[in-house]
Amino acid sequence: MKLQGKKVIALGERDGVQGSAIAACAQSAGADVVLETTYCFV
Amino acid sequence: MTQTLEQPVIRGVRFFLAHTPGLVRYGSKPSRDIARDATIADAIAAHLRGYEAAVSYPPNRAFLGHIHPDTLAAMPQPWFTSVAPGTRWGGHGEIMPEEEFYGVLKICDAFDLVHLEAGFVEEARAALSTHPLLTTADLERLGTGFPEADIVRSCGGSTPALPLYLRNGRLIGCMQAAHEEDTSLAADVLLENLTCKASAVMAMRTLLAQEQLDPLALPYVLNSGEEAVGDRYQRGGGNLAKAVAEMCGCQAATGVDIKGFCCGPVHALTMAGSLVSSRVFSQVAVVGGCALAKLGMKYRGHLQHNQPILEDVLAAVAIVVSADDGVSPRLRLDALGRHTVAAGASQKAIFEHLVSQPLERLGLHFTDVDKYATELHNPEVTEPAGSGNVPQLNYRVIAGLAAMRKEITPAQVPAFVATHGMPGFAPTQGHIASAVPFLGHAVDGLRDGSMQRVMLLAKGSLFLGRMTQMADGMSLLLERNAAGSSEERKQ
Repeated sequence: MKLQGKKVIALGERDGVQGSAIAACAQSAGADVVLETTYCFV
Repeated sequence: MTQTLEQPVIRGVRFFLAHTPGLVRYGSKPSRDIARDATIADAIAAHLRGYEAAVSYPPNRAFLGHIHPDTLAAMPQPWFTSVAPGTRWGGHGEIMPEEEFYGVLKICDAFDLVHLEAGFVEEARAALSTHPLLTTADLERLGTGFPEADIVRSCGGSTPALPLYLRNGRLIGCMQAAHEEDTSLAADVLLENLTCKASAVMAMRTLLAQEQLDPLALPYVLNSGEEAVGDRYQRGGGNLAKAVAEMCGCQAATGVDIKGFCCGPVHALTMAGSLVSSRVFSQVAVVGGCALAKLGMKYRGHLQHNQPILEDVLAAVAIVVSADDGVSPRLRLDALGRHTVAAGASQKAIFEHLVSQPLERLGLHFTDVDKYATELHNPEVTEPAGSGNVPQLNYRVIAGLAAMRKEITPAQVPAFVATHGMPGFAPTQGHIASAVPFLGHAVDGLRDGSMQRVMLLAKGSLFLGRMTQMADGMSLLLERNAAGSSEERKQ
């Protein structure tokens, strides 16, 4: 998937992949992260 | 100058469960949903379990020490269909029925905010009169109760009290608000705090009595729960620790609360060990009361699957850390794992800080740790709601790190998870579910020699409070006691 120039919402999970980690990956691929957040489901 | 450090040990640990189906409606998720749609209360009521079902529920039995958590792996699922008979008391604590717990709530009520119906008071008194941890003075605190009409009137006043029900819908009392305008002293907040106190008191009394520890010899208590005790000027001001100490006869103690979301207990254990090691205190108790708000948190998933609502128990823990007795498991304060600010948010970074680095400091391999006790939430609670198998996720990351370090092969990952992990068995009670539920089994195994090392590792979701985007984590290694009491350190 090409993320260059795309707007990305990064929804992470504490015990999986956290939002900030998803955002960092997306940004490194050239995406514009418009929202990043991490949830805890327990 | 020569300074002698004490070697801190886990002197004992006990747990407490209260089966409170009547309080499920006051869990955060159910109460918000019921406020929007009152018919949800009926759907919830139709899916609440009876006490006997909660007693025989295998994860609860693992929590209380009847069975080892590993036993669950061989049991057919769903576990809630198990018909194996259970008993109230396990090796690590008891599960109390709601009728009695409401009585304990009243006994722990220092401001006459719990009003129980007069007839129910006598039923509770009779039921609690044979409890081994309650005294005549405790039973006197139940009082004589109130007419039902007074309770109904209180629940409809300008500062409404919160009605208290049994599973069958019977109104048995109410929780009063303590101030007309202070939302920190509203009835629902006070109920949350008082259940936390009462459950922690019962865990602590169990520990002191069964381990034959003198309450008067306990100088300090750390409370690691997540409740916010306080008023409008100091929301979350705290010190439930001292309130628990007061109710447990610890007349020579004071204490303080240690907050860290779900990793509060591991932080508190570290501090308890440090206080003992430095000889500031001869022993320190760590307590954690229940999380009322988490009752019924995943109820929607349970209703969708037409299964019982399994988040119907309140859970608490009490631990005493003392100086080396030659037999109890040692706390390795020289091998703490910390998820630092600079560590980053990836799972790899978190587990490197919590697992790899402490093991490296001691020259140990991943397989030198018999069991990793991490987030131990019962998957039968979380999976129907789409929240996954949390312990398994964590164990796979630990095993993956071991494989990356070539300590095991990728093909050995499943076996590593099965051997060094365990099925989740803890109620989703916040901090109570993180690492510490295994502590009873850890102490047993490290004492009898079936295990040499156990690592406790917990994570806290700090981002939920909106003050930082970060999470936190802390780990602590426990080791079988090879005798010897102290370590000399020259400065």
